[in-house]
Amino acid sequence: MHDVSPHVVHHGAPTGFIRKHVFSIDHKVIGKQYYALALVAVVVGMVLSWLMRIHLAWTNFAIPGLHFLSSNGAPGNVMTPEYYLQLMTMHGTIMVFFVLTTAPFAAFGNFFLPIQVGAEDMPFPHFNMMSFWVTFVAFLVLVSSFFVGDGPTLGGWTQYAPLSAVGSVAGPGQGMGVVLWAASIGIFCIGQLLGSLNFITTTLDMRTKGMSLMRLPLSAWAWFITSIMGLTAFAVLMPACILLILDHVAGTSFFVPSNLVINDQLQPHTGGSTLLWQHLFWFFGHPEVYIAIIPGLGIVSHVLITNMRRPMLSHRVLIYSFGALAVLSYMVYGHHMFVSGMNPFSSLAFSFPTLVITIPSTIIVLIWLGSLYGSKLRINTASLFALGFVSMFISGGVSGFFLAQPSIDIMLHATYFVVGHFHLVMAVAAIFGIFSGTYFWFPKMAGRMMNETLGKLHFWLTFVGTYCIFMPFHYLGIAGNVRRYQAFVDDYLQPLIPVHKFITVAAVLTGLAQFIFIYNLIYSRFKGAPAPDNPWEATSLEWITATPPPHDNFGGKLPVVYHDPYQYGIEGSSGDYVMQNSPEQIKTAYDEK
Amino acid sequence: MATTVHEPPKIEPRRSPNEGSGNGGWRNVVPADGDARKVADYSPPPASTGIWVVLAAITMSFAAFTSALIVRQASALDWRHFSLPSVLYWNTLVILASSVTLEISRRQVATYMGGLRSQAARPARWLYVTLFLGLLFVAGQTFAWMQLRSHGFNLATNISFAFFYVLTVAHALHVLGGLGGLARVIRKLKYSTLRRSTLDATSRYWHFVGVLWLYLLLLLWMKL
Repeated sequence: MHDVSPHVVHHGAPTGFIRKHVFSIDHKVIGKQYYALALVAVVVGMVLSWLMRIHLAWTNFAIPGLHFLSSNGAPGNVMTPEYYLQLMTMHGTIMVFFVLTTAPFAAFGNFFLPIQVGAEDMPFPHFNMMSFWVTFVAFLVLVSSFFVGDGPTLGGWTQYAPLSAVGSVAGPGQGMGVVLWAASIGIFCIGQLLGSLNFITTTLDMRTKGMSLMRLPLSAWAWFITSIMGLTAFAVLMPACILLILDHVAGTSFFVPSNLVINDQLQPHTGGSTLLWQHLFWFFGHPEVYIAIIPGLGIVSHVLITNMRRPMLSHRVLIYSFGALAVLSYMVYGHHMFVSGMNPFSSLAFSFPTLVITIPSTIIVLIWLGSLYGSKLRINTASLFALGFVSMFISGGVSGFFLAQPSIDIMLHATYFVVGHFHLVMAVAAIFGIFSGTYFWFPKMAGRMMNETLGKLHFWLTFVGTYCIFMPFHYLGIAGNVRRYQAFVDDYLQPLIPVHKFITVAAVLTGLAQFIFIYNLIYSRFKGAPAPDNPWEATSLEWITATPPPHDNFGGKLPVVYHDPYQYGIEGSSGDYVMQNSPEQIKTAYDEK
Repeated sequence: MATTVHEPPKIEPRRSPNEGSGNGGWRNVVPADGDARKVADYSPPPASTGIWVVLAAITMSFAAFTSALIVRQASALDWRHFSLPSVLYWNTLVILASSVTLEISRRQVATYMGGLRSQAARPARWLYVTLFLGLLFVAGQTFAWMQLRSHGFNLATNISFAFFYVLTVAHALHVLGGLGGLARVIRKLKYSTLRRSTLDATSRYWHFVGVLWLYLLLLLWMKL
């Protein structure tokens, strides 16, 4: 192995507990901190979804202890309609920001991006530390709204104005709850901007010798592209949050129109634009969907290749498709506003790129399927979850074709069809990406192997459970079941209640199955079998270093890269693969065809 | 099909201070003891890329504010026009002058790093002038806000005033960030080791907030 000295020496290994584990500037510790934050957030978000599901299926069921969370929102342990909406808002906000953005991008990206590019750390480690702690504060601010005034906001994670901008006259939590929500998201934006700065500069400037951009693994490419999106999208959301807060605390009228009467009260605002918030929010909001999913695309590709023992049909086309998704995601945001009263010609203009964005998505899926076809896939929990991701991405993506067309979307927009669509394609798919990454990288992160039997059990329960929850949503939506209702008392909705009961049972059981994962995570962290340096016989740089990696990642020497990232199916000295830093000359299986 | 054998890449030898590299990538450290010829060997640091990333993010934020202004102005007939406080025009001269003084300083540092000067005092002096002009700019902005407030114009008066305050305060906060960066450059120049890239990144940022102010002034002048 040829090595070179590190280019830039950043910092020595910390000694004290605080500098080592709490205010650490080591990207690996920060990655783990992000992961832990996402784990806490996902448990909170999942419990909220249980409460909502139970209420939807058995509306007057008293959930023991619920009044401790809010005596006003759940008198006699039965939640009020407003409290249902408050829980729904918090579920969406916590999941989108603190789980789907935090885990696949910030957690895995922080831990593995510098190692995969062959660097000893990110270039601005103090900004990196700030990025996590700012995000942590944002989470605390958001959760604090449960315990302030009349509880959290009920406006949904999209927080549509003007109801989000007029104060508590619009309902419980619409005063202080919205201010805390906007403050939390504004703070979150700062954290993600600092993180994106580090990700972009790490990829561009910190690559080791021989690591050209095309030699980066697909996961590193996905994080790089995501960080560019994060930089541009969160930079727009933050000003929007500032304007929203000003409408609350400074008496401005950015979003509230004249002569608006809410609950029989004339609002003192004048002239605001009701659509302005939606434009600003969705300019961030649609790229955010891809910020959540593109890291998953990268992680899953990385895991599949390792287990297929051959590269994807085209490394370059996959990268270009990730990039195309990122660029197009900024042009399609208006498809969230087809029913907003926007000019119908605008709907047409946004519909076209929405249909076009299915092309790179389809290319990605076809490359996966074509590469999987005929491969001898190694079945382990990581590869199973990767396959699960592919399945969810296709199932959820297909319903996107329907929703992309304004004429159909107008009917389906406010129904459970959309809820099923985005949960499958964006939320659960991203969660499967997180699971796949966890089972794949846990040995490197913790130095121990996870239990495969429990992992496979976890996979099958989650896979089947997820489809049981979200497939019926499409059926409900086609049947006209509106979303955001807290109870289904209308005649035409009554026959659908058994479906809701089925979904609720499936949601509770699938949620319980996640505790198998948490048990596996904690048990394996302390009692798992010690992991070798390269348990999956993989080729990228995270597997050449010790397990767990030393403070400076490669023990004082940076590796030199000689090969493309996925040299599998090769007769080399070390088996059927050649690692990126191996200086041996190789002939690939494809070369011999 | 022909067999392709992947050649391992050639490893570049570490650059030595005797090899000129055009922009003097490695020759950009001013050591604390004043000997300009004692230079550290390191790759160009990521600050030069990082600053462009930061500027891109700030540009996106002000683009968002701008589009909000245009949409909001068109949404109703309540937009109230007013004359900008005249101090803003003087302030424009101040921030432009600060860019000039910073550039003078940067060139002196470059000369100094080339080993042609033995004292760091002169570049530091121009940096102090820049710092002073920056503070003067913020003071001038504060004066403009107070002037408007004394006439009873605040955020809630009209949406045009709200945009004025939001844009100018957001810009002033970025200027304060730049002043922090300048103070850091001065501290490093005087007491430790200043990297050329740190100075370059700081001055790029400073020039950017100057150009951003010109843009905002034009926008406010046209719209308010």
